[in-house]
Amino acid sequence: MAGPMKARAKMRGNYTEIRVLMSHPMETGLRKNKGKVVPKHFIQNLTVKLNGKTVIEGEISQAVSRNPVFSFRVDGAKKGDKVEISWLDSKGDTNKTETAVA
Amino acid sequence: MDEARRVVLRGAGATGMFAAALAAGLLKPERALAASWNKAAFDAKSTIDAMQGIGAANPQKSEDIIIDAPQIAENGAVVPVEITSKIAGTTAIAVLIEKNPQPLAGQFQFMAGALPYVKVNVKMGESSLVRVIATAGGKHYTATKDIKVTAGGCGG
Repeated sequence: MAGPMKARAKMRGNYTEIRVLMSHPMETGLRKNKGKVVPKHFIQNLTVKLNGKTVIEGEISQAVSRNPVFSFRVDGAKKGDKVEISWLDSKGDTNKTETAVA
Repeated sequence: MDEARRVVLRGAGATGMFAAALAAGLLKPERALAASWNKAAFDAKSTIDAMQGIGAANPQKSEDIIIDAPQIAENGAVVPVEITSKIAGTTAIAVLIEKNPQPLAGQFQFMAGALPYVKVNVKMGESSLVRVIATAGGKHYTATKDIKVTAGGCGG
């Protein structure tokens, strides 16, 4: 279930913007396919780490759009710093990606 | 048959019943992983219950929470919401879509190094107030924005 995941971190003046794209169906459990309800299946937890240290933790619901895209901002990051983002979904699937601050 | 049922019902109260149901494979533990997920708050069907679930029952109105989102969203399946808290020492931001079946869409914790900012795309079933709750120094602050949706994004 873990599709591609992309992240980018870019310095913008006095902060660094982290953008991340996660491939995930984010099924609400309300949608029907050929008359059958598609069961709930969505990302529940996400973690953003900067140089190995957790800076942001998110808990989300099925109300986040399909293939979620998030932007976050961190302070005091330098070029080349390592950004790691991971998620965990309602079925226990997980995925992660990393990038360097540009 | 009937007697067995009575025994179970009379049995050692709620915990006993739960254990019995678990043993019978009637209930599956939802998830056996370590990461925490505030199920009670996310399952809440009203904004008030969801706010209680995250421990922010009576937030104070604040103009220092900036919600940047379209006034009219053509597609309820993808509504971009950008949130910035200007409240000093903000450690958490929660997003609630009041008229969604379960209002709480997400909650983000910001540790040292992170700015209290998040941009996320959410689904909206219908036009609704979008409520943001920011937590700073153990206090809760809130701001809302009305977003009109011309096509819902939950069923289909």
